Amino acid sequence: MNSGTASRSARQKPRDPRGWRVFHGLVPAIALLLASCRQAGITDPRGPVASAEWLLMINATEIMLVVVVPVILAILGFAWWFRSSNDRADRDPHWAYEGSVEFVTWSIPALVVILLGGVTWLSAHQLDPRAPLASNVKPLQIDVVSLDWKWLFIYPDQRVATVNELIIPAGTPVSFQLTSATVMNSFFVPQLGSQIYAMTGMTTHLNLLADKPGDYPGLATNFNGDGFSDMRFVVTAVAAGDFDGWVAKVRSAGGALDDPAYGQLTKPSSAVPPVTYRSVDPNLFERIVDQTALNPDKARAGNAWCPPATAAAGG
Amino acid sequence: MTAVTAEDRGPAPPIPAGKEDGPASTRTVVAYGFWIFLLSDIIMFSGLFAAYAVLWQHTAGGPGGPELFDLRNVFIETACLLLSSYTCGLGALSAEHRRIGRFFVFEAMTFVLGAAFLFIEISEFAGMVAKGAGPSHSAFLSAFFTLVGTHGAHVTSGLLWLIYLLAQVAAKGLRPAVMRRLLCFSLFWHALDIIWVGVFTIVYLIGAGR
Amino acid sequence: MLGRLTLAAIPFNEPIPLITSLVVILIVLAVLGTVTVKGWWPYLWREWITSVDHKRIGVMYVFLGLIMLLRGFADAIMMRTQQAIAIGGAQGYLPPDHYDQIFSAHGTIMIFFVAMPLIFGMMNFVVPLQLGVRDVAFPALNSVAFWLTASGALLINLSLFVGNFARTGWWNYPPLSELAFSPDVGVDYYLWSLQVSGVGTLLGGINMVTTILKLRCPGMSYFRMPVFCWTSLAASMLIVAAFPILTATFVMLLLDRYVGMHFFTIDAGGNQMMYVNLFWIWGHPEVYILILPAFGVYSEVVATFSSKPIFGYRSMVLATLAICILSFMVWLHHFFTMGAGADVNAFFGIMSSIIAVPTGVKVFNWLFTMYGGSIRFTTPVLFTLGFMVTFVIGGMTGVLLAVPPVDFVVHNTVFLVAHFHNVIIGGVVFGMFAAYNYWFPKAFGFTLHDGWGKASFWCWLIGFYLAFVPLYVLGLWGMARRLQHVDDPSWRPMLLVAELGAFVIFAGILCQVAQLYVSIRTREQRRDLTGDPWDGRTLEWATSSPPPPYNFAVMPEVETLDAFAEMKRTGQTAAPRPQEAIELPRNVPVGIVTAFFATFAGFGAIWHIWWLVILTLIGVGITASAFGWSEHREDEISADELARREDARLSTGNPA
Repeated sequence: MNSGTASRSARQKPRDPRGWRVFHGLVPAIALLLASCRQAGITDPRGPVASAEWLLMINATEIMLVVVVPVILAILGFAWWFRSSNDRADRDPHWAYEGSVEFVTWSIPALVVILLGGVTWLSAHQLDPRAPLASNVKPLQIDVVSLDWKWLFIYPDQRVATVNELIIPAGTPVSFQLTSATVMNSFFVPQLGSQIYAMTGMTTHLNLLADKPGDYPGLATNFNGDGFSDMRFVVTAVAAGDFDGWVAKVRSAGGALDDPAYGQLTKPSSAVPPVTYRSVDPNLFERIVDQTALNPDKARAGNAWCPPATAAAGG
Repeated sequence: MTAVTAEDRGPAPPIPAGKEDGPASTRTVVAYGFWIFLLSDIIMFSGLFAAYAVLWQHTAGGPGGPELFDLRNVFIETACLLLSSYTCGLGALSAEHRRIGRFFVFEAMTFVLGAAFLFIEISEFAGMVAKGAGPSHSAFLSAFFTLVGTHGAHVTSGLLWLIYLLAQVAAKGLRPAVMRRLLCFSLFWHALDIIWVGVFTIVYLIGAGR
Repeated sequence: MLGRLTLAAIPFNEPIPLITSLVVILIVLAVLGTVTVKGWWPYLWREWITSVDHKRIGVMYVFLGLIMLLRGFADAIMMRTQQAIAIGGAQGYLPPDHYDQIFSAHGTIMIFFVAMPLIFGMMNFVVPLQLGVRDVAFPALNSVAFWLTASGALLINLSLFVGNFARTGWWNYPPLSELAFSPDVGVDYYLWSLQVSGVGTLLGGINMVTTILKLRCPGMSYFRMPVFCWTSLAASMLIVAAFPILTATFVMLLLDRYVGMHFFTIDAGGNQMMYVNLFWIWGHPEVYILILPAFGVYSEVVATFSSKPIFGYRSMVLATLAICILSFMVWLHHFFTMGAGADVNAFFGIMSSIIAVPTGVKVFNWLFTMYGGSIRFTTPVLFTLGFMVTFVIGGMTGVLLAVPPVDFVVHNTVFLVAHFHNVIIGGVVFGMFAAYNYWFPKAFGFTLHDGWGKASFWCWLIGFYLAFVPLYVLGLWGMARRLQHVDDPSWRPMLLVAELGAFVIFAGILCQVAQLYVSIRTREQRRDLTGDPWDGRTLEWATSSPPPPYNFAVMPEVETLDAFAEMKRTGQTAAPRPQEAIELPRNVPVGIVTAFFATFAGFGAIWHIWWLVILTLIGVGITASAFGWSEHREDEISADELARREDARLSTGNPA
């Protein structure tokens, strides 16, 4: 501490009390306006994952607002108070270093980040898309395949499949595994929570749960070509008892998703209306990941390399 | 790019001790700038190395390192390149001492050794392609051909540059501007050696022993 | 003979690109015609096109950036208009095929051909002046770097007239960008224009690092360099360290597309996520390459117009270097949703929020620089204040996105789009406009009109908030980015407000055009005869406006930070009489000639016209060889001649 500090600490921090009041009134007003305007997407969570994520977002925002709001006010306040035409402002044109102030300027963001870092570490583990959700009910397994430009949903245990329509039982955890049969994509149901990429030759995992029956819009978020905008679907959560009825109904009608039907499905098409399939090969997903669904020859190629003629033909 | 030199600056004005003494000499600036260029080049190679590290087992049912690499050839190749670096260094020393005859001899040896390296590499590539293991056969082969081939392309441009510089020395003698260009070439040639040590270890030694 | 190029490449049946092409061609012809009729070619060739003067090259960079800003902004208006009308069942006026090209071109152009040239222009113009030296380390290389950037810009704009542009977004992720899914030339335009300009960027970065580390006037130790030089150094080091990665990545994708390799393909063992990783290992440092020089501008502006030294100079330097290093450790936050494990996501999330610490320190230091100062509210100051407020908000949403589970629900939505426009417009663009207003008088010898400047600021600020706050909200409502049409009619009001915001920004651009016009018309009244219109603190204000080609007849000697402020305080501003001869680099056409060949090489490669590629590469080789053979690249000016020129210059107040 040098002598300069004492004189400075006597100074009033410039603050406009009326501005404060206005601000205090304004924040809830804006929030109310936005809220009353519409609750949708992630602001209207309908499952535990989405709720936790929305809460996390609000909490993290609040932690930061504690610093951000005073900083914004200080920016405007300092700038206004120290305007060159203000005769009442005390000037100190050589004040360019102050150990204690520097300590504070490093500490404040550091403390916020330490706090948020803890939140980040914990939440990244708690809300890991791979982590199974705590529930007494056995999870429903659904395989998701991104195609050009529609979503294929396979229910391996029920041996049925749908396109652009996802029916799940409310209150039951749903365990998704995802891949793509074409370019990369991202599977997202905002009101249920986390999105995850679907990538060719790879499998990703996602666990979601819908608390109550209802219709929740789902979408593709990673741009994948001309039909991208219409690559939407609706997740319909039905009462747990109704789900079996729906499965029975699907099994009794529609076509089978055999190899020719799947081959047809892989052809690019957009704005595809929902379709159901009464049967499906429960291993179709694995074959799509291995990229053997459309050319079974590949499965036989194995690891043996025989030079040169056969290899050249394959390459 | 080396040949682009800074303006020649006169001797810095005398200033009291302990102060920064103003702009560096042209030789320092040129060597320093070129050194930074080499760093950026090494970073580019690190991208290719990373790709190779990710893809080296993605042989897609095709051949891998053990089937393709002939370590005896690679040892000869490596020896050529390391020796050429040595002769390049001797050439630079001869130039420093203004012994222009020895300079030409050493740089000619550098050229021959570099060309031998390149010849062995090209034969290796041609052999692999003839066996059906060309760069488009698998991700592993793509990464291999690109990494090793980029190094080879650097060696090729180094050889062309060397011929060009020898012509300059023959035409102009060892003037300061020419000496600066030779310095850059030496740095370049040694950097290629360092990169090759990485290629030799990561691609061939680890790859062949898999 | 012409590879894949046929008449079908000209968009005869698509009215929008066709009419745009015709208008642009007419404008270009009109400009070229005027130059020819007025006989300006010899002057342009001598004084600008072949110039190796860092100030001229800096001005040309800024000019290129501003022209490309108009192009990129035209794309923005088209996108906003499309989304404002294509709601519900409506398809709008742009089919997906065209819309996808527009958003890809918008991102690519704004990052590579607006932001990069603007920061390079500012660094080129200002850094040697602030360091008190006569030029950059490699003046001719500087010219090559600029013209290669211009060549890339030309190539990317050619895609409007001949063929089409990529429909893959500005990241160009495979497998969508692979030949199997994008068989036309769009992706090739993307790749080759960025490869050509990337070489220019790398050369420029090397030049700038060497200049700052090796060429400083006597007494200018590292800790006496202005903050802008530090941030330029940090940004240039990032360029040297990051751009080669992008080059290597694009080489791999080019090899996939041209010779059937399998780096990123979905078959034969390719790995698409490797591209994503490599792209962002370049891409995140790129963000700081753009923002750091802007931070430097704000530091200069705040200090100058508060009439105070920057607060916490050493903290500022430390924060800059910390950002520089940390920027390489956060790339994975661009794809938390890839499905990496919780540990990986948490690590990268925490690293990303750690960057907020040095950034926050900078904000506090600007704040305390104002404290106790005497602030003059000029246009650069308004942009700086607008930046500080806006950037703090953008930083906050950035830290939100760094929390993986939050990212899971807003990734790839327009919330993300709003975030990065928040930091890029609020950070980089405002910074470049502050710099433009601040250093314009140094470059041209007269100040810009402050009223129009302030009007442009308010339009940009208000327009920004109108355009992007709705996107934050829509992102929360679950609107994905890059939608050609949306289905939910309740999004219409927000999209209309965003459209309005784009037009308010357009008004800001018109204000800037008016500002330039009015300033040029009234330049005689706004001449800066002192060389120091703002009561500046750093060495660029110690020479006349505009500076002579050699910047300083006698190199200044520096004893403190804020060297010029100290000179003014001690009354030592009068330049001593030149005692020594100086050397000035001679103008050479090596830059424009190299770029000429590079443009045709790129065009040939895009259209598979291989003879053209070979011919032009030989041309590049001959150019480089011829230049590499030359030796007398400087003109000497004797001390007497220099003194005579100085006298003439200072007596008329009108530099030679």
